[in-house]
Amino acid sequence: MLSSLGSAAGKSAKPSFVSYVTPEEIKSEKEPSRKEKHPDLLPGEVVFCSASTVLKYTQDDLSQRGVFGALLCTNFRVSFVSDEAPTEEMVRTAVTLNNGQFDRSLHRYEDKKKLITGGLVKNKYPSKIIIHCKDLRVFQFSLTFAKEEDAKKIFQGIVHHCLEPKSLRCLFAFSYCENTSYPEGIGNDSTLCFSPPEVQRKKQTVMFDSVEDWTQDMKRTKGNCRVVSENSNFELSPKLPQLFIVPTNVSDEDLTKYQGKGLPMWCWSHHSGCGLFKTASIPLVQEDNVFCRMLTAVAHNHLYSVKTEDLSDTLPTVQDIQLSYNKFKQFFLIDNTTEFWMSDMKWFSSLDNCGWLDIIRQCLQKAVEVVECLEKENTNVLIMGKDQLFEEGCILFDKGWPHILCPDILFDIYIFFTLLENVCPTMTLVTEVNSPYQPVPYTLYPHTPSLTVCLSWQAESPYTQRGPLNCLTVWDWSVQFDCKAQDLFTNPLYTEKPKQDTSVRKSYRPKHLRQLSLPSSAFKTPPKKGFFKDEADNLKKILGVKRLSRWMLSPSSDSPQTSSSVREFYEAWQTKPLDYHGLLLPCLDGPSIRVWMQRYLRWIHDVQILGGGPVAVLSKISEILGEVQELQRELDRYGCTLTSNHKGARPRAKTAAVIAARSSVRLSSSFPFVTSRNWSFKPAIPTSLLQSLMVTGMAGNLANREDDGGDPESLV
Amino acid sequence: PSLPHSSRPPPSPCLPHSSRPSSSPTGSHVEWCKQLIAATISSQISSVPADTASGDCKPPRDGTKQVQTDEVPLVPGEAIKAVAKDVMYICPFTGLVTGTLTSTNYKLYFISLERDTPFILDVNLGAISRLETISVQSHGENTRGMEIVCKDMRSPRFAYKEDASQPEIVEVLAKHTFPLSNDLPLFAFLYKEEFPVDGWKVYDPMAEYKRQGLPNESWTISKMNSNYEVCDTYPALVVIPTSIEDDDLKRVVAFRARHRIPVLSWIHPESQATIVRSSQPLVGPSDRRCKEDERYLQTIMDANAQSHKLTIFDARQSSMADNNKAKDGGYESESFYPNVELNFLEIPNIHVMRESLRKLKEVVYPSIDEAHWHSAVDQTHWLEYIRLLLTGAVRIADKLESGKTSVMVHCSDGWDRTTQLTSLAMLMLDSHYRTLRGFQVLLEKEWISFGHKFAARVGHGDENHANSERSPLFIQFIDCVWQMNRQFPAAFEFNELFLITILDHLYSCLFGTFLYDSEQERVAKEVQTKTVSLWSYINSQPEDFTNPFYVDYEHHVLYPLASVRHLELWTGYYVRWNPRMRPQMPVHQNLKELLFLRAELQRKVEELEREASSSRGSLSSSSEHTSSPSHSGGTPLHTIV
Repeated sequence: MLSSLGSAAGKSAKPSFVSYVTPEEIKSEKEPSRKEKHPDLLPGEVVFCSASTVLKYTQDDLSQRGVFGALLCTNFRVSFVSDEAPTEEMVRTAVTLNNGQFDRSLHRYEDKKKLITGGLVKNKYPSKIIIHCKDLRVFQFSLTFAKEEDAKKIFQGIVHHCLEPKSLRCLFAFSYCENTSYPEGIGNDSTLCFSPPEVQRKKQTVMFDSVEDWTQDMKRTKGNCRVVSENSNFELSPKLPQLFIVPTNVSDEDLTKYQGKGLPMWCWSHHSGCGLFKTASIPLVQEDNVFCRMLTAVAHNHLYSVKTEDLSDTLPTVQDIQLSYNKFKQFFLIDNTTEFWMSDMKWFSSLDNCGWLDIIRQCLQKAVEVVECLEKENTNVLIMGKDQLFEEGCILFDKGWPHILCPDILFDIYIFFTLLENVCPTMTLVTEVNSPYQPVPYTLYPHTPSLTVCLSWQAESPYTQRGPLNCLTVWDWSVQFDCKAQDLFTNPLYTEKPKQDTSVRKSYRPKHLRQLSLPSSAFKTPPKKGFFKDEADNLKKILGVKRLSRWMLSPSSDSPQTSSSVREFYEAWQTKPLDYHGLLLPCLDGPSIRVWMQRYLRWIHDVQILGGGPVAVLSKISEILGEVQELQRELDRYGCTLTSNHKGARPRAKTAAVIAARSSVRLSSSFPFVTSRNWSFKPAIPTSLLQSLMVTGMAGNLANREDDGGDPESLV
Repeated sequence: PSLPHSSRPPPSPCLPHSSRPSSSPTGSHVEWCKQLIAATISSQISSVPADTASGDCKPPRDGTKQVQTDEVPLVPGEAIKAVAKDVMYICPFTGLVTGTLTSTNYKLYFISLERDTPFILDVNLGAISRLETISVQSHGENTRGMEIVCKDMRSPRFAYKEDASQPEIVEVLAKHTFPLSNDLPLFAFLYKEEFPVDGWKVYDPMAEYKRQGLPNESWTISKMNSNYEVCDTYPALVVIPTSIEDDDLKRVVAFRARHRIPVLSWIHPESQATIVRSSQPLVGPSDRRCKEDERYLQTIMDANAQSHKLTIFDARQSSMADNNKAKDGGYESESFYPNVELNFLEIPNIHVMRESLRKLKEVVYPSIDEAHWHSAVDQTHWLEYIRLLLTGAVRIADKLESGKTSVMVHCSDGWDRTTQLTSLAMLMLDSHYRTLRGFQVLLEKEWISFGHKFAARVGHGDENHANSERSPLFIQFIDCVWQMNRQFPAAFEFNELFLITILDHLYSCLFGTFLYDSEQERVAKEVQTKTVSLWSYINSQPEDFTNPFYVDYEHHVLYPLASVRHLELWTGYYVRWNPRMRPQMPVHQNLKELLFLRAELQRKVEELEREASSSRGSLSSSSEHTSSPSHSGGTPLHTIV
């Protein structure tokens, strides 16, 4: 796996496509001569220790292929620089270490595998180490040929810097930004970006670090709440963000009195006026009146209606999610071919057993339920989470939801996958969301709009701006990727919202009304729960007992998993013409929730489809887009235009189009993470599958029957 | 120009997997009553318009016509045989609907106008595996239930009042559903549609062998079977080694089961390595030898100068191959056949496959247990067998391509697993078969002419649903093709709709293409003159079946990845009756729009160039036509593909 990865890096004519390991690779390849075995260090990066004549190898059934080189450990990553000439077989691997964020664990190979968790290494060192990265890459190194002293040092160094807990200040992000000046830092790396400045600016991400950003977002959704800036010095509560939005009816007294506990924070407004709010914690019993006050405040936002959704009741716990993800992850941390084919046998059962996809489905379903409330019943929704961690989950959700409804985003089921992917990092290390150098962001899969979703999520994180330092944000893609690579982020099929904004806006509303007037809604959904101030207590009781989903259960519900209301909501939506800029709902049925192959399988050599995979479609689309653009330019020369909302009109899709089209046949399904060396190869043929299949051969007597029909005479 | 929206759902489908002789087919009265009650309740609360909920199957030609009345659309040659009013369809997805049930000699047609949009259920009689009735006392007087178990993964249920004055619709249905059991002709012989293209001309064996570079010095196109006298399940033309003496050939014929001697299926254009297919040798318990057969294989090996080996892939499980020895069958012994390497591909037999699909139906219809979806699919083993087949075919293709070695494939009779494997391997090796026409040739050649027993495996027009001869081998093959299509979305000229249409007409009996077991039978029944070919229909509107992503991969060999991680249940076929499974984002649609836009732009540019060259006059007049096809607002959401 690794050698193919690396060699592709060395040989590829288009190095940018292999740049996904880290940006340094791009640079190193552009450097023809390399004398000392050092990776190009980033500003602020320091080499802690290194060892030469380390063998990096891959293991498959028959052979061990390997390459010698130097293994280095810096304050940012573990890096391997091959001894061989760059043009030949230059293998460089970089693993980012960020206080354990990317190095998940180290295994040590002696006689048996041994999991290194940190802290238990004294003077010993193993002959082989296997590194499992958080992005699911697996690296194997042999220290047998290295000098004992070096081997010991590098091993202990890696263990120390990857696995042992360190203070936040040791994170590389801090060293990095101390040594770069933002935003000029981008300019320093002249190799990295050469796009015209206006493109840069246009893409700039709203960071939600100013009152204007918040106001702007509220205006965008036509919300009507108030921005709170009283917490800019974390005076109200260190747990709350510096800026947030609350319903207008929340008074200053409310803010200060309970240190921000139970404050409903605005996330998004539906065009009908109802809003989506979240609150971090359910107030304790003695604070009942706070809760009522807050509920009332939320209800006042629109039509005096509110529904609460307690996530801690209805969604899996953080522990469940983590447990499930840990199981799930193991399916992709594959050491060798045999292991791969063995696990292939039990693939589907394993998937079900780990429950990961089910968790994803549950979360999606919850999201759809809330959307239903907003969209169909025009009720304000207040989402509650029990603890701080859950609030992270909430943030995730509610920043995701707007985008489901938000006209700016093309829906793709992957959005949700990505959202959920992010649950886990959130759970494990909440504090470190803003590292500038996620080597391969989860969102890297090109052309999925997920990017944008994550984007707003991360930006919203309360920790973003806590330190005095201005860390680079991950959204400055130019720090990591050159323009060509960035082009892969865009979906060529995305159609922009038609320009005539106002007319489109209008056309949404009738649709919305039509939905309300569906004859079914009277039957299916309970009457709108409206209430007034004096009814607050009463409502509180109801809310305390009943959850949203239970209210909606209809008598014919046959499946305990998906409430029939959600199904009907989905089906009703499904029968209407698809509007990419309107409401988009995910399908929740079993077959629709799939593993996100592009992310999870990209490093596994055995599952690469050479010449296939989604990139084949992508390149075809890009090719046609390129032609369309060319034709449009030609038309422009004649001075007339053919209106098209296609993103194809954008000039920047062009580069990706050309590149991808040129080489489509030669790309593998793991593109752009791995590029294939050449076309001819041995097909992957499952090993040891026959025996195991024999065992599974159920239908025992059937299998033993005369096959192929037996004698025709014997038939009736 | 209007945009091709492919709004035409394919005519309906089905498959014989009705091998459950022991279990009660219709379920108990209790179950029926419960279902009726549940459906009654849910129909009151649910009013989701279910216009296309059940994949209505309009006849091929007039798919765009919208039915507004309860008039039954008929294809030429179709006639209404019985009509029953006030029939309740117990829709598992949208609840109870009441309407009119019509039986023609081709289809069952149910239409209800009680909802906002007409509800239509259309089932080709050919797709029906069995009909069951049951009386349901609890739901009013004389109510009867009818279950129509289909070969295409659905089982619609109806309830209706018994009416003495009307002929029992079930009887009429049964009569026309199983024409062969009632001395009636199959509907293909009554179908009178005329197409501009003649599909029977798609496959010309001489032309196909010529394309492969045959005959050559080592291989000859033999007419020895021109009257099917040597082997009644082989085609009239077969390709055999040139240097075989007639007497020797007779011995080989006698030594191979059902006289299916090794014949050439495909030859590699460069290495001259070949795929040869046959049936098992009649070795028997005493390990009989046949010198001529041994020499015959040696000749096949010698025809390929690149390799001094011949690899035999026996598709069966090795244990079963051993069992076959006791029944006078068996396999080639490596010690008698020099330089021969024998591999077993360990693929279970037709009964196992039938059982697997039956289980799959239980998993996907009518409802889906989403929490245990993956394990439920896993337990059917369906994808495991798909993987086995793909693995086998990849091994064959790899042997030819990288090993430059000729391969012989057989199972027992050489018409089921053998056909699956050779055709899949050819699909991987030869890009011609990945085109729309080429795939038709592949089916005509490897499947139809080489005697895959379609009639027996599908059970066309035969009421004996429990016949153990039935098995979904062709479905399995098409599923494999779909899996390849998914892994290489740009490598095939045809699209998913094409594959689904093929499967639907495997059952429909509308076309003569898949009727009967062998070429000999088809000639005897004059299929080519008395019926229409499916390819006539397909090739009359090829744009509907064309993959917009198609890129000619030229001579690339495609190795699909036979890992379960990359295999997926074909929900577009197996779960298509479930309205929720309809695709949300028709990427094909988007691309078609893009192609349309490109064509439009090209037209415009050309127009402008012409104008510019002729005169500098009326430039602006041409810009009025600014249709914006890329706006997806009005496009139908739920096309089948």
